[in-house]
Amino acid sequence: MDPHHDPRQAPGPAPGLADLKIADKTFTSRLILGTGGAANHAQLADAITASGTELVTVALRRVDPGAPGSLLDVIEACGVDLLPNTAGCFTAEQAVRTAKLAREAFGTDWIKLEVIGDEDTLLPDPVELLDAADALVADGFTVLPYTSDDPVLARRLEDAGCAAVMPLAAPIGTGLGVRNPHNLALICEHAGVPVICDAGIGTASDAALAMELGCSAVLLATAVTRAADPALMAAAMRDAVNAGRAARLAGRIPKRHLAKASSTFEGLAEL
Amino acid sequence: MKIHINGEAREGIATITDAVAAVTEARRGIAVALNGEVVPRAEWDRPLTDGDAVEVLTATQGG
Repeated sequence: MDPHHDPRQAPGPAPGLADLKIADKTFTSRLILGTGGAANHAQLADAITASGTELVTVALRRVDPGAPGSLLDVIEACGVDLLPNTAGCFTAEQAVRTAKLAREAFGTDWIKLEVIGDEDTLLPDPVELLDAADALVADGFTVLPYTSDDPVLARRLEDAGCAAVMPLAAPIGTGLGVRNPHNLALICEHAGVPVICDAGIGTASDAALAMELGCSAVLLATAVTRAADPALMAAAMRDAVNAGRAARLAGRIPKRHLAKASSTFEGLAEL
Repeated sequence: MKIHINGEAREGIATITDAVAAVTEARRGIAVALNGEVVPRAEWDRPLTDGDAVEVLTATQGG
């Protein structure tokens, strides 16, 4: 291995990992990057490039006349698709309106649906979330709901016609990693749409674990944007998602209680 | 006639197009809500009336 090689410049995923299909789009990368938390546009652009992502999320907010440069220009220059979110909405009605505004602003009917039920934990409000999902699917949106790690709610969202389900690893911005791997695995086991682990990822091993549990992709933001070196962490996340996916496909060995030698005892010298 | 653009009181704004121009030169990636309802770009020439609340929105960093 070249000791001077910069991982931020590494090539894309290894062959054989298969593309990710969500609704009518196909992605080579299984990492979706949230843009929230970046210190500036240049740092964000470097992180997007290093992550290898093909899809980034944005929020919809009042125009800030003093804002330095256009976030849309940055995203366009990186050549990635845009996924608007409904962050900040606490009711289905607010989320539906925000989704319609996003469709008008960005010309996409894809929406990361987020309906928050509690200010301290930012956990989703399941009742409002399902209501909003119903309304948006009926209006022709491609709905990707940020949801809790409840397998029943995930199933209900899929039944409502969502194009993917996005259970959290842990509450938004906590970096606590996968708090309930069993639930996440159950959701993956039963889902007929892609499962995207969204929120709570702190470091590369968290992203790898989510993929090993069967997730189709990982969505993360501040784990990268607020890391000391965002581009380097973005590269780590890219590799972790690929490694986790490969490990999942490779089929891990079963866990055992007692040791099992890998060196045979046959032919062992009598010493 | 007084209207509100992004929460700020303004005078002398006749249409949504004027309201957008008052806060940004950008046209791409902009959406407008009038009193909470989405207004498609084709209807931005719609005249405003006293007390209207206009929200002019765009993309910002978010997860």
